[in-house]
Amino acid sequence: MKQDTDMNRRRFLGQAAAAAGLAVAPGVMLYEVQARPAGEAATSKQRWGMLIDTTKCEVGCNDCVTACKTENGWGASETKSSTEQQAQWIRKVKLTDKQTGHVQSLPLMCQHCETPPCVDVCPTGASMKRADGIVLVDKHICIGCRYCMMACPYKARSFIHESLSGQKAHAPRGLGTVESCTLCVHRVDKDGTPACVESCNAKGHKAMYFGDLNDPNSEISKRLKEFGGQQIRADLGLNTGVRYQGL
Amino acid sequence: MVYLQRHIRKLVTLVGLGILLSLSLTSQAADLKPVIPTAKGGQCVEKTDVMRKNHMEFILHQRNDTLRRGIRTSKHSLKECIECHNAPANDGKVARISEKDHFCSSCHTFAAVKIDCFECHADKPEAAQYRTSAKGGH
Repeated sequence: MKQDTDMNRRRFLGQAAAAAGLAVAPGVMLYEVQARPAGEAATSKQRWGMLIDTTKCEVGCNDCVTACKTENGWGASETKSSTEQQAQWIRKVKLTDKQTGHVQSLPLMCQHCETPPCVDVCPTGASMKRADGIVLVDKHICIGCRYCMMACPYKARSFIHESLSGQKAHAPRGLGTVESCTLCVHRVDKDGTPACVESCNAKGHKAMYFGDLNDPNSEISKRLKEFGGQQIRADLGLNTGVRYQGL
Repeated sequence: MVYLQRHIRKLVTLVGLGILLSLSLTSQAADLKPVIPTAKGGQCVEKTDVMRKNHMEFILHQRNDTLRRGIRTSKHSLKECIECHNAPANDGKVARISEKDHFCSSCHTFAAVKIDCFECHADKPEAAQYRTSAKGGH
């Protein structure tokens, strides 16, 4: 029933938007995309997801990782930590088929699971999933036990081993807490796109797509419908928000 | 009589000493009071007395709304507190949380209440530069 109401509301809003649209040329409409108002909570009407086309992801290209570091301020700030200890919100993975020698490259980060194991194991409720499917760490109540890091099948989370300074205002992070990809939640809340996706597209690689998996008209949903998309470790039944093509 | 005079003299000396002591204590107390830096802009989001008493409740409430529900109103946001209360001074620079002239530490040092907000959160507006090069943190 709730679902019906939401669907009706979406259809109504769709019609309203069409009525408010501006015709630039015959058949071309210009819509003003309205971000969710700042005072409104995220809802399950959306489920944010990402699609990565591994056929377009180049071996050796690190643009998404660099963009994430710049946006969220990780990487250069941990000067005392060893390489294994340093934060890693997103990393490039190279897969080589030993039989054929075929090489593939893909970015790997928090997969924003529908049923996240990190949330299951968290003893304080710090590891949490927002209504719109974004998996986050509430560092206010994280005790740094790192159960979530062990539970994550994607090795997507990092623990901060040293005191930090000079954090970004939109990405608080500090000693003794666990962190991971936030799907650039501060951007998404302002109707933006994650920094990695933006950078990948801006540099012309076009290997990453971001959008609403619940909206059948979003580009990501259309692409998934047409071409399909694999989950990494689909056998775990986590229904990940990040999907891959060409694996 | 002599006995009484001696005692009165002692009493006067003691009273005098007492006045001197209390005077010096008062002047010391005035020195110890926090010097709270003035904020940018005219009016805070709440009245000063309400803020002094309840600011911790406001930001506690806001942090849950923002992080867990995605509500990003600016009224009680810590980021906005910092934008106004640690805005660049005339020299274009700002203080660190580890320094006494940072708005938050000016009072928290005086009240001996340790806060850990800035272990993770930025203690300055995004674009502002620190006045000193000393390493931040506690």
